[in-house]
Amino acid sequence: MLDIRNLHVSVDGKPILKGLDLSVKAGEVHAIMGPNGSGKSTLAHVLAGREGYVVSSGEILYQGSNLLELNVEERAQQGILLAFQYPVEIPGVANVYFLKAALNALRRHRGLPELDAIDFLALIRNKLKQMEMDESLLYRPVNQGFSGGEKKRNEILQMVLLEPTLALLDESDSGLDIDALKVVAAGINGLRSPQRAIVLVTHYQRLLDYVVPDKVHVLADGRIARSGGRELAIELERTGYGTPADHPGRQAATP
Amino acid sequence: MNARVPGSAADYLGAFRRISGILPGQHLDWLRQARAEAIGRFSQQGFPTLHDEDWKYTSVASIEKGRFNILPTASDNLLAPQVALHALPDSHLLVFVNGRLDPGLSRPGRLPPGTVLSSLAYQLEQDQDWPEDTLVTYPPASPFADLNLAFMADGAYVRLPPEAALAAPIQLLFITSEANLAVQPRNLLVAGAGSSASIVEQHVALGESSYFTNTVTDILVGSGATLEHHKVQQESPAAFHIATVNVSQAAKSRFTSTSFALGARLARTGIAVKFQAEDAHCTLDGLYLSDGRQHVDHHTWIDHQKPRCTSRELYKGILNGASRAVFNGRVVVHPDAQGSDAQQTNHNLLLSENAEIDTKPQLEIWADDVKCSHGATVGQLDEDQVYYLRARGIGEASARVILTRAFAKEIIDRVGPLSLQERLDQLLQHKLPRQ
Amino acid sequence: MLKEATKLDELVSREYQHGFHTDLETDTLSQGLNEAVIRLISAKKEEPEFMLDWRLQAYRHWLTMREPGWSTIHHPPIDYQAISYYSAPKSRQDGPQSLAEVDPELLRTYEKLGVPLQEREILAGVAVDAVFDSVSVATTFKAKLGELGIIFCSFSEAVREHPELVRQYLGSVVPYTDNYFASLNSAVFSDGSFCYIPPGVHCPMELSTYFRINAINTGQFERTLIIADRDSYVSYLEGCTAPMRDENQLHAAVVELIALENAQIRYATVQNWYPGDKEGRGGIYNFVTKRGECRGDNSRISWTQVETGSAITWKYPSVILRGDNAQGEFHSVALTNNYQQADTGTKMIHLGRNTRSNIVSKGISAGHGHNAYRGLVKMAKSAVGARNYSQCDSLLLGDKCAAHTFPYIEVKHPSARVEHEATTSRIGEDQLFYCQSRGLSAEDAVSMIVNGFCKEVFQELPMEFAVEAQKLLGVSLEGSIG
Repeated sequence: MLDIRNLHVSVDGKPILKGLDLSVKAGEVHAIMGPNGSGKSTLAHVLAGREGYVVSSGEILYQGSNLLELNVEERAQQGILLAFQYPVEIPGVANVYFLKAALNALRRHRGLPELDAIDFLALIRNKLKQMEMDESLLYRPVNQGFSGGEKKRNEILQMVLLEPTLALLDESDSGLDIDALKVVAAGINGLRSPQRAIVLVTHYQRLLDYVVPDKVHVLADGRIARSGGRELAIELERTGYGTPADHPGRQAATP
Repeated sequence: MNARVPGSAADYLGAFRRISGILPGQHLDWLRQARAEAIGRFSQQGFPTLHDEDWKYTSVASIEKGRFNILPTASDNLLAPQVALHALPDSHLLVFVNGRLDPGLSRPGRLPPGTVLSSLAYQLEQDQDWPEDTLVTYPPASPFADLNLAFMADGAYVRLPPEAALAAPIQLLFITSEANLAVQPRNLLVAGAGSSASIVEQHVALGESSYFTNTVTDILVGSGATLEHHKVQQESPAAFHIATVNVSQAAKSRFTSTSFALGARLARTGIAVKFQAEDAHCTLDGLYLSDGRQHVDHHTWIDHQKPRCTSRELYKGILNGASRAVFNGRVVVHPDAQGSDAQQTNHNLLLSENAEIDTKPQLEIWADDVKCSHGATVGQLDEDQVYYLRARGIGEASARVILTRAFAKEIIDRVGPLSLQERLDQLLQHKLPRQ
Repeated sequence: MLKEATKLDELVSREYQHGFHTDLETDTLSQGLNEAVIRLISAKKEEPEFMLDWRLQAYRHWLTMREPGWSTIHHPPIDYQAISYYSAPKSRQDGPQSLAEVDPELLRTYEKLGVPLQEREILAGVAVDAVFDSVSVATTFKAKLGELGIIFCSFSEAVREHPELVRQYLGSVVPYTDNYFASLNSAVFSDGSFCYIPPGVHCPMELSTYFRINAINTGQFERTLIIADRDSYVSYLEGCTAPMRDENQLHAAVVELIALENAQIRYATVQNWYPGDKEGRGGIYNFVTKRGECRGDNSRISWTQVETGSAITWKYPSVILRGDNAQGEFHSVALTNNYQQADTGTKMIHLGRNTRSNIVSKGISAGHGHNAYRGLVKMAKSAVGARNYSQCDSLLLGDKCAAHTFPYIEVKHPSARVEHEATTSRIGEDQLFYCQSRGLSAEDAVSMIVNGFCKEVFQELPMEFAVEAQKLLGVSLEGSIG
């Protein structure tokens, strides 16, 4: 579903990703781990299409075609959805209005009729229950005044609602207590399906206790330094992101 | 009889001499004198220029050059549907056509006993003992206030008896249909002690002709009273609109003003609030949307004369086309006004290459036990917010419309009467650019 | 609070510590101003003809102007014909070649002021171009700077030795038509400092000038011109203090800064002119025009000022951001006590693309002091992507002082962003109480809180200056609780 080949990306002239390769198949859950500053969030935003990230070489194929030709909303409409590490607050725009606008933009793109307010409410109430969120959050401005946990749940709520083909989750576990983490994890597990790929970007392996990945990659200095199964995450938890002498691709890296 | 005057100040004086005999309230000595003094000052000072600090960013040369009729030529036969377009469904409605009350179109409805909702001209003619100080206490804020005092012929007179509480809003609807007319309405709104009401002052046009509205609204808020004044300016795109709002607040009163500037080629609204006793509160909110070559100016002045008063102010502007907006917010805290608390904010969105904003918040503090702040921003939509919406599949153009609307909505949501909120919401959708 | 207020009065009424007067023989022109006086000034300074022409043009223009009237500043009318426009220490004419030849009386004066030249030379590594009244008497470290190609000398010397540089840059930021006081200065300026940093040179030491007013009825008309050529850097300090005086004295300086491509100029001032006595008698009228131009791309100019002196201060150190990506900064502490009046702020004129400016202003009013921030942020149509952030805070101590904030924001391009925030409040009673309950005296508590209030600005000062500024604030303020 997703093929990244030799991807080089720089931000403000500073190279961040330096030859990254990654392949994700439908039905798989991949975890991208790595120390701060290794380029995890950059990868997530490049996939989502954020401006200011300059791809100097390499390619990204999504469902066989060139992803880099699409702008942000086209990617979202084609099923790529990024749950933000820092969800943006939008004063004055009610959450319910925002969610409905997003769902209907997607439905329009797919040639489906738009949902009216009543049908939408029925749908969203259901999803709210699933995420153990209070209905009052619908009528507050998007993410404004939300607690850290509420923001993260709101991101997963959008996943559950918009049913992406490729779900990218950027540090969706950070700042959550154990109960909230379980709810978020359940939301993500609910998304698992043979048609869907999920990429989890995370610093800690804690989330991976609840969402068991098919593959784990370690990102270091802009490249995938190691890949493995779930056991790699457990090893990392034990040894940290230190630099064992036999690590490939770490020669030039700084701690 | 009609006095079509060239724009110079001296010519207004000439027109005044010709028509002053037929202005209302001629039997009141003090009013005759006040009118004569006002036109005297005006003809001496003339129109303000860019050299006046208060008019630094707003040129009224086009008003000065304009040729306006002082009196309407004929009574216009307005149809009820034209009024219905603007009337709020639940309001106590007074309709003024070309500056004069039209009783046939008005619909005052049932009011609490003792409440007066009437024409100022009628009141001046009827009432022999009109309290002088309610019309001429204020030092005129500008030459335009003088001009209004000299020529004012009608307007709304609202008096709420003590403790009266109106559930539905009072709506003062000013409709101008005649081209080249100088309309100079004068409103006097008096809220008795402990009373509460919402008053909507709305200026609309039939057609797109050029005319000149020069309005003055005096508002007295009695002790413990709660009054809202919502000014909705939807003049014709060729019109000139100059408005002066003077507010005087008694102890423990609460006053809320919102000003919506949507129409006119050149619009200037000056709002001055004086706290004349302790523990009063005022909120001044405003929203200006400008496009094309519109020029929109707001000048506010909150005068903390007495201790322990609080004021809150939030003005927002969205500028498109080659329009220009001016915001000048002045807060003065006098030496004895200890415990004053004032906050003022002005935010502006510039949407086009050629739009311009000049903003000038001012704090003048002469007491020490105060908490005052102001903030002003000029900028564009938050690109993180645009990206967030796009990352959810919402097209960039729609994302920008959603965010622009939300920016404006904050002010509309602060309006008390729900019927007005809905009406403003519709106006906003209609008015905001679809990029 | 009453007890503290009394204490405050005591502290506020403390006598001016630098109040003394040195008797020096001076060569002073008789009072009055006309073309002959200007020709005489120019002749005495042996100036080239272009300089005289420029002075005369300025004078003729000045005659057509009127003194500005201000809303928040009040002073008795100034009699410009009662001012003497030139005054030089006698010893100058003998031409002291080294410090040893300098009038010992003069050197002692500096010592009393805490400007011991010889020590400074050795200890601080600061080159001091000391201006006693109107003419430079000593310039140090010239040789060392000269090795780097840096020119740092008195303005008079620059006119003689480097006329081509003076001619090219003088009046190019502050034209002689700029304002009433700048025009007057252009016509009659006596002396000042000149500095040129050649391309690629990072000036290794803080350049500094101490100004001083001494002769009776002598207006001070300093002229400073600093040019930082491509890729260069210079940090310049200006400090002043003045002896006690009964009559008002006019001080109308002009400072011009020019930063070419990639160059950076930092200009810091500690201003402590005689503020007048506690009844508001005497004190300096400080009407200064300071402006820098970021002429080249990526250039930077920062103004930092600590203004505690003068009866009236009227100054707006400004930056014209002409080059793309240029940066302008203004950091200010202004303190008014007794009957002092200060109207100060900045203008940031954004012309270039992606230009940035930052304004931090801290005003402190005590006694009957009046303190106004007046600033302009202007984004021209060409200022694509320009940004400004302004923060103006006022602190009130006592119920007879006043603090005003008048920011003007003019934006003509939609990609520009401007943010302005201002607050006014009195010194926190809970803060005072907290400090005092920990054993601090009232004056120490106030001094500590006020210094905290100003910290952001002090951080911009070079270390030795920051210490001096904090002390100055303490002295000017001690115990000022309302």
